[in-house]
Amino acid sequence: MAQITLKSLAHTYSANPKGPEDYAIREMQHVWEQGGAYALLGPSGCGKSTLLNIISGLLEPSDGDILFDDTRVNKLKPEQRNIAQVFQFPVVYDTMTVFENLAFPLRNIGVPEHKVKSKVYEVAEVLELTEQLNRKAKGLSADQKQKVSMGRGLVRDDVSAILFDEPLTVIDPQLKWKLRRKLKQIHKQFNTTMVYVTHDQLEASTFADKIALMYEGQIVQFGTPRELFESPKHTFVGYFIGSPGMNFITPELTDRGLEFEGQLMPVADKMVAHLRQSGITNIKLGIRPEFVHVWTEANDDAFEVTIQDIEDLGTYRIMSFRFGSIPMKARLHEDQKVPDKKARVSFPEQWLKVYADEYLLELPHE
Amino acid sequence: MNKIESNKGWLFVLPVFIVVAFSAVIPLMTVVNYSVQDVFDANTRFFTGTEWYRTMLNDPQLQGALIRQFIFSFTILAIEVPLGIMVALMMPKKGWQASLSLVLVSLPLLIPLNVVGTIWQIFTRTDIGLMGWGVRELGYAYNISRNSGDAWATIILMDVWHWTPLIALLCYSGLRAIPEAYYQAARIDRASRWAVFRYIQLPKLTNVLVIGVLIRFMDSFMIYAEPFVLTGGGPGSSTTFLSQALTAMAIGQFDLGPAAAFSIIYFLIILAVSFVFYTTIMHMQKDKTTQKTGDS
Repeated sequence: MAQITLKSLAHTYSANPKGPEDYAIREMQHVWEQGGAYALLGPSGCGKSTLLNIISGLLEPSDGDILFDDTRVNKLKPEQRNIAQVFQFPVVYDTMTVFENLAFPLRNIGVPEHKVKSKVYEVAEVLELTEQLNRKAKGLSADQKQKVSMGRGLVRDDVSAILFDEPLTVIDPQLKWKLRRKLKQIHKQFNTTMVYVTHDQLEASTFADKIALMYEGQIVQFGTPRELFESPKHTFVGYFIGSPGMNFITPELTDRGLEFEGQLMPVADKMVAHLRQSGITNIKLGIRPEFVHVWTEANDDAFEVTIQDIEDLGTYRIMSFRFGSIPMKARLHEDQKVPDKKARVSFPEQWLKVYADEYLLELPHE
Repeated sequence: MNKIESNKGWLFVLPVFIVVAFSAVIPLMTVVNYSVQDVFDANTRFFTGTEWYRTMLNDPQLQGALIRQFIFSFTILAIEVPLGIMVALMMPKKGWQASLSLVLVSLPLLIPLNVVGTIWQIFTRTDIGLMGWGVRELGYAYNISRNSGDAWATIILMDVWHWTPLIALLCYSGLRAIPEAYYQAARIDRASRWAVFRYIQLPKLTNVLVIGVLIRFMDSFMIYAEPFVLTGGGPGSSTTFLSQALTAMAIGQFDLGPAAAFSIIYFLIILAVSFVFYTTIMHMQKDKTTQKTGDS
């Protein structure tokens, strides 16, 4: 059990890095608290696996420190860090039975046999593997194997954290859900810090209390799934989280305020004043399709847009439309009436987010 | 689904069928033909039935060769398999060292069999051969043409030198196929080096080892050129193995009938041992699977 702190941590695979683009992990400060269930979410190649390997000790960071509680563990090997890791492809010892697999980490550290037995039975019970205990691990199905490799992490009492590296990749869709629920249950029961790497936002948000979203070697946002959805801190978060992702437009700062193709955008005066003052040129406005308001009748706040396509996804529909020259999407409820070719949409001020240099701009409340 | 009846497919198999017929089936049948006849010349021959087979099975010379052959094959397997695994485990995994070691390890495999014999014949000479001279200088009266123990040890050493690389290369490829995650998981589980070998590497090597053992068994059971060049089967007949005994009979004495009968017996022994070995291994693996489904 431990709190994991990343202190000015960075990592590069190149021997003499020239700039930040040579870093797989760019300098970051981060704390994973003891007992939390975290997801490390990001697209392929964003550095999430590198970060996980640094935490587990398979990789030594080139810069900065990694602390378990207050101990610097940079140089410690995985076996010295008391970490457990579940890999993308299930790792089981083929020739051993399930029981022997689960007992293996305990026997390796010389735990007395009666304790091994009780611990293995306890973990097998939780993982619903009791019936398979005497079977050879080789013949198990992929999800059972993955449970066995998870179980090897759970049998040790002293484990500081369990790391998951896309553990459900090879699992059938219907079993994925079951296994994910199992993971949550295990987390509650054992109260171990868990870090779960995935590129699937659904997996991340069902498993984790808090998600760290990585992009280009950095954690761009760390928050609850709801926070990531409602106020993305970075345009990438807006784009990556949600389906479909956030709509973005690039407005111009004029005397009237923020204008987009001649239309004035509903942005607070204070914000506009701030933008004028700061002289930021890269301004974007973002709104989630869920928050775009579609009106059936003309309205003072609403803009007229051209509908391009309506996609029926069962419980809801996605309306694609053109706002000026920009394609955008809005989410409609199942029974919401849709106008024919022209629609009127408005962007509620509270959901229209302002991004300066790709980062969310928020003014302090007074 | 309607299956279209067509025998055109046989046409495509025909070339292979013809090649196999000429290269294996017809020669084998010729041998079978010889083995049941007593041939005097092109026109004079008598049918003898199983007589040659009975004679051969009771021939003390061939019995001796057969026993020597089994001792030889099992000895070299017992040395080459563990040694090959060890070499494979010690070979570097990547970089130029890996390429270099692959080339070095493969070198003995590239040398023609009779050249291997010649190399070792010179190598073990006590006047100019490094090994022969060296051993003698160390105070041991080494002599492969007088002492059958020396001859045996040298032939086994030669075979180990020549063929261990094959096992090593097979194992090396098998080891490379093990995903890195297994080693990482083992480290996290604090497995000892021995446990990593016993529970990860060895199980994953089973398949290549089965192939390796089969190849080495069959090859060593047919060994001919190397001992022929090195010791000529001597001293006496102490290193005369089956194929040499057979050749002496078929070509040296031109006893075609007995030689053919013996060839068939020889062939059947190899076939039987390989078959038993292969089915045993496969059965062992299958046993595990049925056991698994059985108690679920």
